[in-house]
Amino acid sequence: MAYSDKVLDHYENPRNVGALDKNDPHVGTGMVGAPACGDVMKLQIRVGDDGVIADAKFKTYGCGSAIASSSLVTEWLKGKTLDQALEIKNSDIAEELALPPVKIHCSVLAEDAIKAAISDLKQKSGAEV
Amino acid sequence: MSVKLPIYLDYSATTPVDPRVAAKMIPWLTEQFGNPASRSHSFGWEAEQAVEEARAEVAALVNCDPREIVWTSGATESDNLAIKGAANFYSGKGKHIVTVQTEHKAVIDPFREMERQGFEATYLQPEPSGLLDLEKFTAALRPDTIFASVMLVNNEIGVIQDIAAIGNLCRERGIIFHVDAAQATGKVEIDLEKLPVDLMSFSAHKTYGPKGVGALYVRRKPRARIEAQMHGGGHERGMRSGTLATHQIVGMGAAFRIAQEEMALENARIRRLRDKLLSGLQEIEEVYVNGDLQQRVPHNLNVSFNYVEGESLIMAVKDIAVSSGSACTSASLEPSYVLRALGRSDELAHSSIRFSIGRFTTEEEIAYTVELMKSKIGKLRELSPLWEMYQEGIDLNSVQWAAH
Amino acid sequence: MNAAVYFDHNATTTPDARVLDAMLPFLHQPQGNPTSRHSFGRQARAAVENAREQVAAAVGAHPSQVVFTGGGTEADNLAICGIANAMSPSIIAVSAIEHPAVFRPAQALFGRGWQAARIPVTGAGQVSADALCDLMRQKVGLVSVMAANNETGVLQDIAALAEIARDHGALMHTDAVQALGKIPLDFDALGVNAMSLSSHKICGPQGAGALILDKRVDIQPLLRGGGQEKGLRSGTENVAAIVGFGLACEYATRELTEHTRRMTQLRDRLEAGLQRLGATIFGGEVARLPNTSFFAFPNLEGETLVMAMDKQGYAIASGSACSSDSTEPSHVLLAMGVAPELARGAARVSLGAGNDEAQVAGFLRALENERNRWQQLTAMAV
Repeated sequence: MAYSDKVLDHYENPRNVGALDKNDPHVGTGMVGAPACGDVMKLQIRVGDDGVIADAKFKTYGCGSAIASSSLVTEWLKGKTLDQALEIKNSDIAEELALPPVKIHCSVLAEDAIKAAISDLKQKSGAEV
Repeated sequence: MSVKLPIYLDYSATTPVDPRVAAKMIPWLTEQFGNPASRSHSFGWEAEQAVEEARAEVAALVNCDPREIVWTSGATESDNLAIKGAANFYSGKGKHIVTVQTEHKAVIDPFREMERQGFEATYLQPEPSGLLDLEKFTAALRPDTIFASVMLVNNEIGVIQDIAAIGNLCRERGIIFHVDAAQATGKVEIDLEKLPVDLMSFSAHKTYGPKGVGALYVRRKPRARIEAQMHGGGHERGMRSGTLATHQIVGMGAAFRIAQEEMALENARIRRLRDKLLSGLQEIEEVYVNGDLQQRVPHNLNVSFNYVEGESLIMAVKDIAVSSGSACTSASLEPSYVLRALGRSDELAHSSIRFSIGRFTTEEEIAYTVELMKSKIGKLRELSPLWEMYQEGIDLNSVQWAAH
Repeated sequence: MNAAVYFDHNATTTPDARVLDAMLPFLHQPQGNPTSRHSFGRQARAAVENAREQVAAAVGAHPSQVVFTGGGTEADNLAICGIANAMSPSIIAVSAIEHPAVFRPAQALFGRGWQAARIPVTGAGQVSADALCDLMRQKVGLVSVMAANNETGVLQDIAALAEIARDHGALMHTDAVQALGKIPLDFDALGVNAMSLSSHKICGPQGAGALILDKRVDIQPLLRGGGQEKGLRSGTENVAAIVGFGLACEYATRELTEHTRRMTQLRDRLEAGLQRLGATIFGGEVARLPNTSFFAFPNLEGETLVMAMDKQGYAIASGSACSSDSTEPSHVLLAMGVAPELARGAARVSLGAGNDEAQVAGFLRALENERNRWQQLTAMAV
């Protein structure tokens, strides 16, 4: 399969690999996918007091497109508010990375990971209130 | 240490043509020509003679009568011809046919086709080692079983089935027994004088011969019968029509002759390389060998690297040409059906790599491969949330994964 | 020892040196399996796809319409059995002069509930449109007529026959193995649903062929397992041969006009000589391949003539190579209504690249000597 240069770049030099403290109340963690499906994405965001995403980290078990999709969204997430983050659509990711049709699901998974991380964060802050 | 990249470790997908084989083939592309079926002039006679010499060379490697060798376009055609040809011919006796889940698609798919045509098929599950349990095989045989197909050497995991024992079980019951030996020639001894096998498929391009040619062994005593599947000029005693590609047949003959002459030495050398590769890879944590290590050709090492995903693994190791699962199915995203039949989890099936070593593999290439695997697996695991969880002591089986 | 002059190009040809050059790297250098995803595999895949474009371009087809096979016989079998197996059984109509690679599979369909019908030909060897129309009154599902006959070289009006088939709701296949590289071929213009091609008849290597297939046609593969060629032809691609086939197609098309001119000139010269010696030329009055001459001398056994000419250094054929095992007269000639005695005398010269005027002249001299010798022998016997 021919990967686009952007996928290759993210795959070779993934941005923001790592982990944030999942117990930190300002950190939202989204884990989506399943090993049996060949993709598991863990996306973490830390939101500052201003409501803006200050940091994002990921770890991905998956193909090059899955790794690139998650790496790309960590770049996009930083500096966005949660509402803005929720506006990131899988089609944006797929377009940016020029994903072939068989790899569209990787971008869907990345969008799901954003939603899961934000929902985790909201749940945490809801619990605090 | 200088190693030319990428390193070819995919000899089970196809082998390069041995230079000695190419040298034998080229005159048939340039100087001499003729349609071997053209009996009327000397161009045709010489081609026919060359074809018959090659037939004898193929027969010699597997110790059979040259008249038992039918040329085909490759092992896929041989398998199709054996299965459809024999099942149709013997369908008056019964309509039950038996094979194994880990067979090559060139056996499985014709079996499915026979099912559509009204046959009943049993696909036996092998043991986790990849080997077939003889008792289970026996239990699957019925009075209306007419045909069984079991491969000699598996293309993905390299395990060697006990063809002699399986063949005896078939012979006792009058069941026609077919063996796909595409991956076996030049790797294991094949003696068709002794083996109770009725039909056997061969490929040239897995044994340093050219692509586009293969053969089917059709036993004469006791006689195995097949219905032709390719109709036309009645070549190959009516079993397979179509102009024979002389240069390719000559190439297959030359390749099989070399295999016969060099098999013993070559296998010893390849076993040393395989052992070196295996011990190197075993220094990595959470590595699993797929398939039995003893009943196996030394050319194949199929291992799963836990907690890394298969496709990204293949991308990571682009300096070595290997396959994740059979070459013929790697276009799909499905994990290897062979490894699944062994009971491997989808994850381990996904993260498997088949290293297949061959005639031109060097010590340096193996050493390079080991180092590359160590570094790349390390990098991918750093990226892997599953590895992180494993390190934290989380049992991945206890995790509720979101359905996707 | 080889005969010095090869006049049997309809049986097989030797690969063009340029074709061979392009193939050699695929025999000399490590090559992958085109299905493999690593760089070796991708290179092999790219070579196959390039050849697919070359083959498609040679016959005015789209690359996606090209299914590579192991040769012409396989392409014919795939077309006949594959298309028939995807339909409910009816009648398959094949011309009376088809190659065994078409009529044998057509006969084999009998076991699956099909009936085979023969479309007769005229005395000149042409399939008559009227005869096909007559047949089409029955329930015909599939029609197969070759574009050019391998023995006589007679051309068929495939576009007209395909139209008749289409008008009656039948699918149409043409075996264009002999036509490729000798006359222009346009898949779309012919209006057929499937067309068989072979590499080794056009100075490509043996071991490759193709079925050009209208993608709307349902077809069952002959070879299963592996899913190559979009599932229509499983089995590892014969990369070297396919590369050679592609290039041979490109040269054949590019050089068609010049080749036709040369062949026609040589053939006309040959036939002028043959007629002078009293030979009957079959199909001589209708459009034929420019390189083919099928002829007979009364009371002279074709097989004897072929052997004698072989001794003199000329490789010719007594009929199609595929049936030259048998001593039966050519089924093509019998279908044309040629008397069996004359048909037994038939011999074929099929010219090709590398043949020249001197060879033709030499052949005619040798033939004349042979004929004279033989006439003396029979005269003495009488």
